Amino acid sequence: MAFNIIVCAKQVPDTNVIKINPKTGTLIRDGVPSILNNDDANALEQALQIKDKFDDVKVTVITMGPPQANDLLFECIAKGADEGILVSDRAVGGSDTWATSNTLEAAIRRWVKDNGDYNLIFTGRQAIDGDTAQVGPQLAEKLGIPQVSYVEEFEIDEDRKTVTVKRQLEDGYELIEVALPCLLTTIKELNTPRYMTVAGIYGNKEMKTWNAKDIEVDLTKVGLEASPTNVFRSFTPAPKQPGVKIEGDTENAQAKNLLIKLKGKHVI
Amino acid sequence: MAINIIKEKCIGCGLCFKSCPKDAFYFEKYDGNKLGKVAAIGPSCDFCNQCLTSCKFGAIEEKKIEVQADLSEYKHVWVFAEQRHGKMMNVALELIGEGYRLAKEISEDTQVCAVLLGDEADIDPLVDECFAYGAEKVYKIASPVLKNYTTDGYTFALKEAIDQYKPEIVLYGATHIGRDFAPRIAARCNTGLTADCTRLDVRVSSYIEYTSKNTTLDTSTLDPNDPSTGIKQTRPAFGGNLMATIVCPRTRPQMSTVRPGVMQKREPVAGAKGEVVEVKTTVSDKDIHIKIKDIVKSTKVMVSLTDAEIICSGGRGLGDPSGFELIKKFADKVGGVVGSSRAAVDAGWIDHSHQVGQTGTTVKPNIYFACGISGAIQHLAGMQTSECIVAINKDADAPIFEVADYGIVGDLYKVIPEIIAEWDNAEALYDASTK
Repeated sequence: MAFNIIVCAKQVPDTNVIKINPKTGTLIRDGVPSILNNDDANALEQALQIKDKFDDVKVTVITMGPPQANDLLFECIAKGADEGILVSDRAVGGSDTWATSNTLEAAIRRWVKDNGDYNLIFTGRQAIDGDTAQVGPQLAEKLGIPQVSYVEEFEIDEDRKTVTVKRQLEDGYELIEVALPCLLTTIKELNTPRYMTVAGIYGNKEMKTWNAKDIEVDLTKVGLEASPTNVFRSFTPAPKQPGVKIEGDTENAQAKNLLIKLKGKHVI
Repeated sequence: MAINIIKEKCIGCGLCFKSCPKDAFYFEKYDGNKLGKVAAIGPSCDFCNQCLTSCKFGAIEEKKIEVQADLSEYKHVWVFAEQRHGKMMNVALELIGEGYRLAKEISEDTQVCAVLLGDEADIDPLVDECFAYGAEKVYKIASPVLKNYTTDGYTFALKEAIDQYKPEIVLYGATHIGRDFAPRIAARCNTGLTADCTRLDVRVSSYIEYTSKNTTLDTSTLDPNDPSTGIKQTRPAFGGNLMATIVCPRTRPQMSTVRPGVMQKREPVAGAKGEVVEVKTTVSDKDIHIKIKDIVKSTKVMVSLTDAEIICSGGRGLGDPSGFELIKKFADKVGGVVGSSRAAVDAGWIDHSHQVGQTGTTVKPNIYFACGISGAIQHLAGMQTSECIVAINKDADAPIFEVADYGIVGDLYKVIPEIIAEWDNAEALYDASTK
């Protein structure tokens, strides 16, 4: 039986190039490219490295979004994934992280119906447009499997029953062993994502689109109306506040006062 | 859609189109006005509500959210008092302070409660600290199984307590642990969670006060006398380019993670006391599906400017190339990487690979130390989105001070050695300053 890996990925606007129109205070979206979310690229890379090592691995990428998210599936397959599935339906639009995890759960359960059990699920830690880091753990909860987030190193046993990972902490790491199946959320320290290959770009693409009916999702658990959280207001932030001048009678006092401020702001 | 367009009021002017970041508006034929068309909203709407104040004719209204569940049995504000090996995380104390403020805004008899999870020996000494910083009640969930944080163990134990005591709000620090724990428990409770909040309000009046003072939000559609006390959670999105305020109207508890360092601790009151509730937990080893083999504290080896969490940069203010020896020493001490301004590279003092700026590398570290850098536009373009900028410069009028979070006017050759000398004492200095 194949060793099945599912990678959940998201297409996001490249927030590094987003600008705000200072007059209207709205986002300027023209010319902002859509990209494979950074942490998700590390998730895919880890799956592909397992595929490089063993010859019976199948990597499936699942994404949720509008039809243009097919570009993401194209990219992932051109890098080496075996198939891509887009879950796209107006009914799941406006979903918050809870409703999104319900949608992904339904998609994965549908996938299992067709393909048999999965062994491992990777997601990026967070997406750069929302930065919530919530969907990975929430999906793991819905599927009833263990999770490890902030994975910065990964090792799989030869018998592929357990994995050992380093989970990043602010001041170090935890070394964690977990039995499969489980869900891991990945960060950039984990690996360097590969490029698409020419063969991959021109090769056959196993891509399909599922709607809400295909994944048999409970419509009372997805979309805007079902989401427990809603946007109340949104606005552009005010310009940067003026900084604080660090006072002190001696250089030593200045240094101490600075460190107290930095510690208080949790930047060190 | 989160908004309704009242056709009778719409004159078809299209003013709302400009307010929409997603270009979701289009015109529909309509016979009831002069232009023969009204605005309509299409599927690309992502419910940001930015159009609410754009209509001069009152044709855009907020869709009211219907709440069916009975939420009144949920009371009090809980703070996840995160501790690691018996040491309280600072953010937990900040959240007790913030939780206190929110609780009193809800009502006089609403309490802020700290929830301690862990091994009895680790958490027992922390109870008084919670009270000192403003907690009115402490829930202790003690078990040897909870000695180290595990997603499974903590989620199981806190879910039991939430089911039993029904808090209205639960706050978590947005630490690596909080951001792992909160989504899992929120999903298990089937409630809403908002990540990385930087501002919380319960009263509409305080929300109006905050937004009108600090943001660009038009508050004219908000009613300061609105009696509702649902939490309004404000957070950055789109890489900090946009702020969104999130509500959780239909489910309880309302949950937020909050960034460390943004909320205020209360002045500690030594000897403060409150009620301690010993929560019985049924969590056992069987509930935990991972094995922690080791916990390691480490200082990271930085490889490049773009990945660096701390950057120590030098500029022409160093005076001569040997100044970079001090910068290197500084970077080594703080676990950072050496950067430089173009001026220093052009002067031949350091290799181009260290250059930060428009023609060099764009960086976004947690801390950027600008030492002897005046702050030319081209340099600022490459570093001004750093989380925290510290400028050290002799010239008090240097433009770098305009983007700096913290500025020291002084001789870098005297200031930096002092920072190096005191660096390892930062925590003790901070603790002493808050006592």
